[in-house]
Amino acid sequence: MHQRKGVLVRPVERLSTEQIKMIDQASMAIFADPGIICYSDIAAGYFSDNGAAVVKNSGDGGTGWIIKIPEDMVRKVVTTAPSVVYLGARKEENRLILDAHEPRVRFVSGSETNVWLESVVRGYVGEDDPEDKLRLVRFIRRRGTVADLTRAAHVAEHLEHLDSFIRTVNIQDEDIEESTKDVNKFFACLNNMTKHVMGGLTDVSQLDNVIRMAEIIAGGNEALRGNPLVSFIACVCKSPLQMVADSAEKMIEVAKRGFPVVISSSPQGGSTAPVDEAGMIAQINAEILSGVVLAQLVKEGAPVLYGSVPTRARMEDLHDMYGAPEFNHYNVDCAQMARFYGLPCYSTAGIADTCVPGMQATVEKLLSHIYVPMSGAHYVHYAFGLLERTNTFSLEQAVLDDAHIGISKRLLAEPRVGPDEITEALKQIREVMSTSHRLFARYVRKKLHSGEIYPGYPFANDERDEVLLGAHERVKQLLEKPVPHLPQDVIEKIYQKVPGIVTRLKQEAKSE
Amino acid sequence: MNKDDLIKTICDNVIQGRRTKDDEGIDDSLSGTPGVVELVGEALAAEVSVQSILKEGLSRGMDIVGKKFEANEYFIPDMLAAAEAVSAAMDVLEPHIMKAGLEPKGQFVIATVLGDHHDIGKNIVAVLLKGAGFQVIDLGTDVPADRIIEAANKNNAQQVGLSALLTTTMPEMKTTIEAFKKAGLREKVKVLIGGAPTSKEFAKEIGADAHCKDAFEAIAVAESHAGSR
Repeated sequence: MHQRKGVLVRPVERLSTEQIKMIDQASMAIFADPGIICYSDIAAGYFSDNGAAVVKNSGDGGTGWIIKIPEDMVRKVVTTAPSVVYLGARKEENRLILDAHEPRVRFVSGSETNVWLESVVRGYVGEDDPEDKLRLVRFIRRRGTVADLTRAAHVAEHLEHLDSFIRTVNIQDEDIEESTKDVNKFFACLNNMTKHVMGGLTDVSQLDNVIRMAEIIAGGNEALRGNPLVSFIACVCKSPLQMVADSAEKMIEVAKRGFPVVISSSPQGGSTAPVDEAGMIAQINAEILSGVVLAQLVKEGAPVLYGSVPTRARMEDLHDMYGAPEFNHYNVDCAQMARFYGLPCYSTAGIADTCVPGMQATVEKLLSHIYVPMSGAHYVHYAFGLLERTNTFSLEQAVLDDAHIGISKRLLAEPRVGPDEITEALKQIREVMSTSHRLFARYVRKKLHSGEIYPGYPFANDERDEVLLGAHERVKQLLEKPVPHLPQDVIEKIYQKVPGIVTRLKQEAKSE
Repeated sequence: MNKDDLIKTICDNVIQGRRTKDDEGIDDSLSGTPGVVELVGEALAAEVSVQSILKEGLSRGMDIVGKKFEANEYFIPDMLAAAEAVSAAMDVLEPHIMKAGLEPKGQFVIATVLGDHHDIGKNIVAVLLKGAGFQVIDLGTDVPADRIIEAANKNNAQQVGLSALLTTTMPEMKTTIEAFKKAGLREKVKVLIGGAPTSKEFAKEIGADAHCKDAFEAIAVAESHAGSR
């Protein structure tokens, strides 16, 4: 089967085997005491029916249940989750095989930001020197719309290192209600890209409409099963250790239907989880495993991803802090825990705390764009365009992130040293030493032109820092480059069978 | 292969920087096929004129390579490999050039000055000069003024290129130019200087004829000197 290659890495082992086992044991101890608070009667029913201790929660005004999952039940049930998860795509070469036992890293967008950063180029003249002229990219913040999501998907289709798409902006159009958000956002993505589309559900009642849309595109139910074009995300646990009814029940419905689903959790070190690594990882591991167990109880063999989104709290306002080294530690640890359980890992990297693209954003992003993939996490989301933590999305930033991820992938590539390489090296050295100039340059050419060796920073400018102008131009080029929309008959069928998609999305595709 | 195809294939091989059939190009399209050395041999055997091989095969190939470089499509390794291919072809062609009564572009002595062992830049210039059709006498590194004068004199060189990477060896360029003056040869040769710490101002200060900021400027200056002879 064809698939996007991503980058195969030799994983760093931040945690020793002994430390992994200690964290695993600590998570089991959390299941025993204090257990998980579950606010879903349906989820509590699954746990109770399968041997977990479920008692009414006496706190929180008596709402919910305390679930205590026995260790042997966790161990037995987790092993029924597949270690290989397939994510389909409109184009065969864009499919993904996420194999827990193969540390192949893919880079993915996300998540649902509220602010869309529109850009304009303005000219400036020096106050004390009218000859000193500058062109700068300036940014305007506004609410995101479905048209923005369409543009983001369009650009994402062309980003070389973006392997899969999670919507990058929350659509806040006045004529799109909560009940029809899902069909609009999935259609906007699927009609503008041939890569895998993953997303959370706003309204669980729309799940079957989204699946129907995907079936029409894939060519029927069976075709969709073999090539799942869409998958879902459910943040089953709210930290600390509380299973939320809404998201748990969304996950239950996805699992029943057999579609891949990310069981994610996003505790914040220092506020909703211990700041220390040991406590943070023990807690998030328990939160994710509780969701994995629930998914398997709903449907044995349901394809799930170990969804780790651990962050650190920023102490002045308790927002997330993604540029923190601790954030990197947490995520690498989680990738190791996922590998321990034989589950593909959905991980997190490439977010900036600052609100605009620039030097701070690059530093904050690069820390995790490099270090987290070193863990061998399979599906690294949040990696493109995110600013102001996860509140703002910028196309310019996404283009820059794509370039930086490209560099990171080269950095992480496995060494190529084998008998053939040694033979070739000796041949080159001997040949070059017999020339008058003793330069190896001629042997670089093939690798340079094929892209095998690093060509240099794509937005380089030696005179002044014009990286953002370069990114702005690149965005314009990518938006002008067409994308393969869905065939017209498929679009018509979707509009007939799936209610609630705004007509302008169909017209936009036609007018291109 | 007919004559036209031979010349076109020579040109294509220059663009790919292939000297012989064993060389790799910038891609696999010509792998295992004859390079310029074999092709020039074939062309001579097929009685293709030396002028055609030079003009339509080799020079045309180098022109295309130059344009690709300017368009950022080619890089220094591509220029060097192409120049090496032309240089290898020139070795085959040399006796035939003499027979045909064609004049070479001239003799060019090049050296890194005394005390300096850096030669990457100097080597690049030497390869590109050969590729451009100059006869290059490369004296290597750490070369004292008297050896440079001796080589220029012996080879009747019209141009001398001096290279230095260190600020501490830059003064040796001035010493060499002064030595040319003392030997009464300064008017016979054009002196080009280059290297990271050098500049147009420095060239003027020490009485050099030109400062070349990179290998391509060195070729352009050498060509212009050769053209004005």
